[in-house]
Amino acid sequence: MRHTVIALAVGLVTSACASGRAQEATPASPPAPARTTDTVKVGTMLGGISTPNADPFPSTYRPFPSRPTLIRNVTIMTAAGPTIRGGSVLLRDGRIAEVGPSVAAPADALVIDGTGKYVTPGIIDTHSHIGAGGAPGDNGTQTNDVNEATSPVTAQVWVEHSVWPQDPQFPRTLAGGVTTIQVLPGSANLIGGRSATLKVVPSRIVQGMKFPGAKYGLKMACGENPKRVYSQRGPSTRMGNVAGYRAAWIQAEAYRRRWDKWNANHQGDPPTRDLGLETLAEVLRGNILVHNHCYRADEMAQMIDIAKEFGYKIRSFHHGVEAYKIADLLQQNDIAASVWADWGGFKLEAADAIRGNMALLNRAGVRTVMHSDDASGEQRLNQEAAKAMAEGNRIGVPVSEDDAIKWLTINPAWALGIEDRTGSLQPGKSADVVLWSGNPFSVYSRAEKVWIDGAMMFDRLDPSQQWRTDFELGFVPVNRGGDK
Amino acid sequence: MRARYALAVALVATTSAVAGAQTIAITGGRVYPVSGPMIENGTVLMRDGRIVAVGAAVSIPADAQRIDATGKVVTPGLVNAATQLTLTEIGAVGSTREGQARGREGIAAAYRPWEGLNPASVLIAPARNAGVTTVLIAPSGGLISGQAGVIHLVPGTATDMLLKAPVAMAASLGPARGPNGSPRAETIMRLREILDDARVYRTRRADFERAQTRSLAAGRLDLEALLQVLDGRIPMLVDADKASDIEAAMALAKEYGFRLIIAGGAEAWEIADKLAAARIPVLTGAMNNIPESFVALGQRQENAGILSKAGVSVSVIGNAGGGDEEAFNVRNVRFEAGNAVAYGMEWNAALRSITLTPAETFGVADRVGSLAPGKVADVVIWSGDPLEISTQPERVFVRGQEIRQASRQDLLEERYKTLPPSYRRP
Repeated sequence: MRHTVIALAVGLVTSACASGRAQEATPASPPAPARTTDTVKVGTMLGGISTPNADPFPSTYRPFPSRPTLIRNVTIMTAAGPTIRGGSVLLRDGRIAEVGPSVAAPADALVIDGTGKYVTPGIIDTHSHIGAGGAPGDNGTQTNDVNEATSPVTAQVWVEHSVWPQDPQFPRTLAGGVTTIQVLPGSANLIGGRSATLKVVPSRIVQGMKFPGAKYGLKMACGENPKRVYSQRGPSTRMGNVAGYRAAWIQAEAYRRRWDKWNANHQGDPPTRDLGLETLAEVLRGNILVHNHCYRADEMAQMIDIAKEFGYKIRSFHHGVEAYKIADLLQQNDIAASVWADWGGFKLEAADAIRGNMALLNRAGVRTVMHSDDASGEQRLNQEAAKAMAEGNRIGVPVSEDDAIKWLTINPAWALGIEDRTGSLQPGKSADVVLWSGNPFSVYSRAEKVWIDGAMMFDRLDPSQQWRTDFELGFVPVNRGGDK
Repeated sequence: MRARYALAVALVATTSAVAGAQTIAITGGRVYPVSGPMIENGTVLMRDGRIVAVGAAVSIPADAQRIDATGKVVTPGLVNAATQLTLTEIGAVGSTREGQARGREGIAAAYRPWEGLNPASVLIAPARNAGVTTVLIAPSGGLISGQAGVIHLVPGTATDMLLKAPVAMAASLGPARGPNGSPRAETIMRLREILDDARVYRTRRADFERAQTRSLAAGRLDLEALLQVLDGRIPMLVDADKASDIEAAMALAKEYGFRLIIAGGAEAWEIADKLAAARIPVLTGAMNNIPESFVALGQRQENAGILSKAGVSVSVIGNAGGGDEEAFNVRNVRFEAGNAVAYGMEWNAALRSITLTPAETFGVADRVGSLAPGKVADVVIWSGDPLEISTQPERVFVRGQEIRQASRQDLLEERYKTLPPSYRRP
C-alpha cells in the first residue's frame, strides 16, 4: 500500500519530485554533436588551454547482434500512416527494411507468425528518472541521484553522471515495450541540468546506453517545486522563479558572446570555462533542447515569452496538466506537450488535471506525448494512452488508434530530436520494434518481444532472453519477481 | 437458481406497496451478479433502493421503468478497498488532508477518520461516475494508524455516506526499520506490549481510572479502541510487504486471537498456501513489479493471481500510481483488476476482487458487492468488459437511483472543449 508515500513526499522538500508526485522533474538536454562550428570545438585542449568539449562522455553504444527477422500476418501500427492488417515487417541489419501487406522472407530470416498480434514502433518516454533514482529506493539517499537541490540553478550537472546501469527498473521498462528514454534531473531547481537520452539496453557503463548522436536536453522547472525547495533562501515565489530564469539567461548570453569572440580569432587567453553557462550557451545556440516542467497554463505562457526574450525554443513542456487550456499557444509555437493520462490532484497546481487533456491537445494539432515520470507507469504507457483515448471518445473529441500510437512513438521521438532515427516503422529507420500479444491499447496485452536496432532484447516467452541486472542476482531470484 | 428468482419476485410484490416506490428494470444485458454465475440477456430489477430480482426470467411489473441494456454488461457497483477518498483532496494542501492522525508515539488506535470526512469532495464524482460506489477509507502512518470505515458514495452528508464503521484497525509493519525507525523485531515487541496493555486495561479498567496501575503503553482511548480487535469485533488491517513480516503478523494474530487482513502484501505470494490455510484475506495490486524497497524485493504482478489460485481471498487495490490512486484515481481500480488478469488471475476472480470480496472482507457483503435480492441497488451498466480500458461506464445507480453528476473534471473539459467567449481573446 502506498498511503505512506504521499505523506512522506509532502513532508520532504527535497524528494525527487519535491512535490508528492513520485519523481516529477524536468528534462535536461542531450549532448550536442559537434556540428556547430561557431563556438563549440571538438577536442578539449588547445595547446594546454581548456575549451568546451561538445562530447566529453561519448556514446559507446553499438547495436547488439541481430539476424534478419520477418514478422508476418500481423497488425501493424506504423505511427506513419494507417494501420496495416495482416501485414509484414522485415527487420534487417538493424533497420526497418520493409513494411507492407506482404513482404517476401529472405532465406536466412527468422520468421515469426504474428497472427492475432500487433507490431508497433518501440515506445519512447520523454520523462524518466530510472537509473538516476534507482530501485530499491528505501535506502535514504544511496540510490537517489535525481535532484542536485543545492542551488536554484544547476545547469552544470549532467544526469548521466547519476545513472546506475544496474538499476533493476531498466529491464522492467524494456519489458513494457520501451526502447528509448530520456532521463531527466528532478524538478527541485529552476534549471536542473542536462538530460540523457538512453537506449534501454544492458551495459556495464552508461556510455554504452547513450543514444548515439542524440542532442542533450536541459531540464527547467516552474511553479511550486522550486519555490518550495528554496523557500528559505529564494526564490520563494513564482515571480522569484521568473527572475531566476532571466538572470541565468542574461549570464548565458554574455558567456556565449565572450566565447564567440574568442572563437573567432583565438586571440589571447580564452574565457574561463563555466560548465553551467556552457550548457546554457548551447541552448541559446540551438544545440540543446529545452524540456520544461510546468503545470499551469499561465506559467507555460510566461515561459514561452522568456524563451522568446532570449532567443531559445522550448521543445516540450512536461506534465502540463493545464496544457489543454492553451492548446492553441502550444500549437502555434510548435511545442510538444508531454503529459499524463490522469495524474493530478497531488498539489494545487495539479488540481485542474483532466483525462481529456491529450484528446484536446491532439485535436488542436499539438505534438502530444504520453510521458511517465514514474518507473511503474513507464511500463504501461500503452495503457495510459488507452485511457486518454477512451476519454476523448467519451467526451466527443475522438482519438484514433493511429493518433494514439503517435503519442507513444514518433511524437516523443520529435521531442527528443531523434525523429529521423526512430519512432515509426518506415524503411531505413532503426528497427526499434515491439510485438504485442494483442491490441496494445488493451489492458490484457503485453509486450511479447522487443527489438532494438534489429536485435531481440526481450522475449517474454523465453527467460534466457530476459535481461537481469547485477543487482537482481541473488536479491531478486529468478523465481521471485520473474514477471518482467 | 430459477426458484430463487421466483421467490425474489414474490418479495417485490410485497414491497411494491411502498409509497413513491421507484421500480427500475435493467433488461437484456449480460449480467454478472458476482454472487452467482453470469446471466446472458438477464434482468436486474430494483425497487426502493434494493435489488429485488436478478435472473433470465424475471417478471417485470407494469409500472417499472425499463432500461434496455442489450449489448451491455451489468455489474454491481465496484468496491475499492484502499482509498483516501473524502480524506484527501489535494495531497500537498495540508488543510485538505485527514488521513493521518498525529497520534502518540506512532499509536492512533482511537482515530476515526470518517468523523472528518468531506462529503463535498470533488473527487467523489469521478469515482462514482466511473462505477465505484463503495470505498474503504483507512488512515495511514505510524505503527497503529487508526480505524477504517466503509463509505457509500451516495450524494448527501457524511452521515448518509457512512455504510459501516469501524470495520478494521489499520496498522503497519511496512518500512524497513519499522514505522518509527526501529528494527522490525522491536516493532513487533512494541505491538505486543500495546496489546498486552490493552488486556491489562480491559481487566483493570477501574484501577486504571484511579491511577492504580503501572503506566500503560498507550493512552486510554487507544487501549479502549484496541479492545475491539482483541474481542474479535474488528480485524487488524496490517500493511506489510515482506513475506517474513506477513508471517510475523500471522503469528501475532494467532497469539492474541485477533482476525488479520494483510494490505500491500508484495511478497504474499511466497506464502500463499499459509495465508490460504489461515484464511487471511489480502489486499494487493497488480501493476507493480519493481523491487522498490528491500522489503519488497519479491514484488511481482502475478501476486494477485497466485494468491487467488491458492484460495486466498484477494481484493485488488491500486498500488502503482505513486499515491493518487487512493483519492484522485479511485476510479482506476478496474484497470488494476484487468492487469491482474493479464498476469494470471481468473477474470471472474478479478471482478470479484473489486466487488464482493472486499465487501466480504470488511463485513458489508450483506449490503453491497453483488447483485442479489435484498442487496442495496448499486448497479453499473458498462459498454463492454468492465476491466477493459476502452469500456465506458455508461450508467451508474446508487441505492436504486441513477446518478449523473458532472464532476469538476467534466466541467473543465466542457469549458475547454469550446472556449467561452471571454477566453477567446489572447
